[in-house]
Amino acid sequence: MPISTVANPQHFTRNASAALKDPTLQRALQNVKPGFRRKRAAAVAKLPEFDQLRAAGRDLKNHVLEHLDFYLERFEAKVNEQGGQVHWARDAAEANQIVLEICRAVNARRVTKGKSMISEEIGLNDFLTSHGIQPIETDLGEYIIQLRRERPSHIIAPAIHLNREQVADAFHAHHGPYGFTERRTEPRALMDEARQVLRRQFLSADVGITGANFCIAETGTTVIVTNEGNGDLTQTLPRVHIALTSIEKVVPTLEDVSTFIRLLSRSATGQEISVYTTFSSGPRRANDLDGPEQFHVVLLDNGRSGMMGGEFQDMLRCIRCAACINHCPVYGAIGGHAYGWVYPGPMGAVLTPHLIGVEAAGHLPNASTFCGRCEEVCPVHIPLPKMMRHWREREFERHLSPAATRFGLGVWAFFAKRPKLYRIAANLGAWVLRRLSGRDGRIKNLALAKGWTVWRDLPAPQGRTFQQQWAARRRAQS
Amino acid sequence: MSEARKHILSNIRRGLQRGLLADLSRVELEARLTHPPRNIIPARAQLPHPEQVALFIRMAESALATLDRIASLAEAPAAVAAFLERERLPMEIVMAPDPELAALPWAAQTALHIECRAARDGDKTSVTPAFAGIAETGTLMMLSGPHHPTTLNFLPDTHIVALRADRIVGVYEEGWDLLRAQSSKMPRTVNYITGPSRSGDIEQTMQLGAHGPLRLHIVLADHE
Repeated sequence: MPISTVANPQHFTRNASAALKDPTLQRALQNVKPGFRRKRAAAVAKLPEFDQLRAAGRDLKNHVLEHLDFYLERFEAKVNEQGGQVHWARDAAEANQIVLEICRAVNARRVTKGKSMISEEIGLNDFLTSHGIQPIETDLGEYIIQLRRERPSHIIAPAIHLNREQVADAFHAHHGPYGFTERRTEPRALMDEARQVLRRQFLSADVGITGANFCIAETGTTVIVTNEGNGDLTQTLPRVHIALTSIEKVVPTLEDVSTFIRLLSRSATGQEISVYTTFSSGPRRANDLDGPEQFHVVLLDNGRSGMMGGEFQDMLRCIRCAACINHCPVYGAIGGHAYGWVYPGPMGAVLTPHLIGVEAAGHLPNASTFCGRCEEVCPVHIPLPKMMRHWREREFERHLSPAATRFGLGVWAFFAKRPKLYRIAANLGAWVLRRLSGRDGRIKNLALAKGWTVWRDLPAPQGRTFQQQWAARRRAQS
Repeated sequence: MSEARKHILSNIRRGLQRGLLADLSRVELEARLTHPPRNIIPARAQLPHPEQVALFIRMAESALATLDRIASLAEAPAAVAAFLERERLPMEIVMAPDPELAALPWAAQTALHIECRAARDGDKTSVTPAFAGIAETGTLMMLSGPHHPTTLNFLPDTHIVALRADRIVGVYEEGWDLLRAQSSKMPRTVNYITGPSRSGDIEQTMQLGAHGPLRLHIVLADHE
């Protein structure tokens, strides 16, 4: 059975209203704001160099992108030198096929997995399952949503949309065969149960698949960052380690990765550093007592090389920390599933139309109030609001916006090109709105704007129009 | 899939509006890889060594590691036994087959059962050395190798690390310098470990001991 496809980016508006009316989801989302935002702010306050590091991170990523071909080739050569193998994949289908062939070559039946958004992007779990290989997620959050047959709703906290009762139900439904027959709800008990069940999986897996936050060109090393240690058990115990990653994750040197390590955890969870940062170079060495016999890196493109040189190249700087998601008022209100695909929030609104097409994901860049918090907290200064505007323009140019939006913008453009008419219409409009408002200056019910007034009052225009004030200022200055 | 490789690289070059890199820029990039420049280094760890040690302790403890300070490494076996007793843990350890560790007076701890090997399922406590300690975040830097199996860092419930204070450096970059001075090659695995394993995936409430160790205990020796 494939992962639930109820949510779809094309139905963003519908998904969002459903999310707003879902009390369980709304309760779970209360955990986002106090958790991530407060912790990030505290961690940043403790490191006076944080803003300098952000600028350095931006410049380093720009340097890499300008020389991406060079660094990728160097990374590949270094992996080969140490007995590993790099596989290039143009798209999801190629990446899935590469993983399948590696698994088949060792007759793998069971695969353990560390958290990887690339794996979500290419739909690896469904693909492996359909070819008779059982994938088992080992990150606690990923494991929970795998049991529930859901997609992650957040790129670093995949089960953030769930409450403990739902986790308890999922474990109770699936852990009977492991001897856990009692339904437990305490987070501690749930954690211990998952630890015991997954321990058996780690020890019996044939292949371990992880992501990679960074690929170091200097040394041919992949890097994972985790708190649980699941990624390490995943990649150390089985015979084969596959690191799934994408072409923009390459960084030049160990010094450069140190800069990103300082940025990543602080921006993500507000930790000084995550518990485990692991650097993997090739398979186990001749006299090593443990470690995998094979080391494979899958480098996925999936549309990223097409972003080079264009107005979206800056998006390739993203280090997937989720700070933009954690600070987004839209994400905070509706959660991740409403976005309908793998990457939610501002970074998803920019990336998703690239990866699955503006026809399918054109709504997502509209899910923004343009408050600018995402850009303010981005550790590599990605101009996310500007990019969302680019997508809106493209959506409009390609006649993908809804008829009402196009009509409204058309009317506005007609007046905007005729300043005298615009002034008259603006004055008239303001006058009408004032007449419609109550004594408190608020409009409770407005035809054609019910989408607004059903939820909240519309403040009526007060005083003079912007153009009147502007003209008065000019007069006063001269 | 060399076709995919060619396609991706040529797409990148098309985006950058150039062919192969000019030789001159190639030389510059090679030089940057051979002599990696340092980026921004946090001032917090640029301190005299005793203060770096103090910072390491503070940061490791704030990441919920526990720490015992001893005068010399020779006291490590007694400190390990005392820790196990205090925590009411079984008097059995799996130890890294490390020559420096093996040379310590373990025989004096008659109650302690010791096996030197990689970790197995069911092991309760491991004892390993660390390659370095990094003061800026209280991080242990561990290298894999014949004497240092990686599984000891992850499978047992309790991980005890013996560290000499003179192996504590200020920042990550200094850890890499130590490694480069020792070997021109990377080991299969380098682990940065900062505190015990944890997860916040259930209602954003932090629980220790997710998949890796529930406890990380550092035995810090002021001298050899």
